[in-house]
Amino acid sequence: MQQALSPSLLRRGLAAAWPICLGYLPIGMALGVLGQKAGLHPLAIGFMSLIVFAGSSQFIAVSMISSGMPVLTIVLTTFVVNLRHLLMSSALAIPFRGRRRSLLTLFAYGVTDESFAVNYPKLIEGNWQIEHALVVNHAANLTWIVSTIAGGYGGQYIPEGAFGIDYALIAMFICLLIFQLRGRIYLFTALIAGTLAVALSLMLPGNWHIILASMLAASLGTLIKQRCGRSSK
Amino acid sequence: MMPFWPEYAVMILGMGMVTFVPRWLPLIFLSRRQLPEWLVDWLDFIPVAILSALLAPLLLTSGTVPHLDFGRAELFAAVPTFVVACWTRSLGGTVLAGMLVFWLIRLYWPV
Repeated sequence: MQQALSPSLLRRGLAAAWPICLGYLPIGMALGVLGQKAGLHPLAIGFMSLIVFAGSSQFIAVSMISSGMPVLTIVLTTFVVNLRHLLMSSALAIPFRGRRRSLLTLFAYGVTDESFAVNYPKLIEGNWQIEHALVVNHAANLTWIVSTIAGGYGGQYIPEGAFGIDYALIAMFICLLIFQLRGRIYLFTALIAGTLAVALSLMLPGNWHIILASMLAASLGTLIKQRCGRSSK
Repeated sequence: MMPFWPEYAVMILGMGMVTFVPRWLPLIFLSRRQLPEWLVDWLDFIPVAILSALLAPLLLTSGTVPHLDFGRAELFAAVPTFVVACWTRSLGGTVLAGMLVFWLIRLYWPV
């Protein structure tokens, strides 16, 4: 299937990606400002955004840099904070069954909370190929890199919280969560995951609460689904 | 304090590698195998669980050492945002509506 960057592919991908880009703009600028305060050149921040491309871990890394933490500690913390993507890539392996390794490798680079949440339901619905999903990933990636660099150069002149733009990603997560509630078991799984995540976030450091809560809730959902399936047969 | 450039580059490459490998391994290996039914079911529940697990602490906790907080502007703005999302089922519309509500709450009702 030769589907080079056709205009319609690009248009559909960007139509799905713009809420992510809007949300990345203020967060990326904020990261750029913090990075500059930590003594990093805007291009050094941009280099981090290009190589790592994982927002929350970059914030943590910048704050660890400014408090003089050792490199190895920063790298290990990054690993733990970003381990949740393992779950997302596992879920994505199902719609991407049998796709070329090179495409999957390129795709892996762009797996984030946001691109995953936008792409996954579309892939499950069908009519959304890995090429569309790649447009979403790379539009988000480009916005992220540019906004972190821009923040490093002039972010301090932008008023904080203008037009509620710092709520864009939360609103996006809310809407995508609702799209995912495809039945009672999904609603139950979401409630369990949310409750566990809040409870665990009060107790555990880093992002362990996200990983543990979603694994436990998904396990409960699976158990219930298999029980119900068996009893109805 | 400007970090020494080669050390910074090594750190970034290390961060990049430990971030990339968990994103890459499952895509490469799980997409080549016939998975058991329970694992397919489990992976199908992961997205809804992750979204909820990401979102709930953003709405219900605050502070660098997190504590429960039911008075956040993020939480109040979430109610109309949920309604708009259910009603319009439009991602872009919900994002814009959520931003507007959050902006108004923070302007006129500093929580």
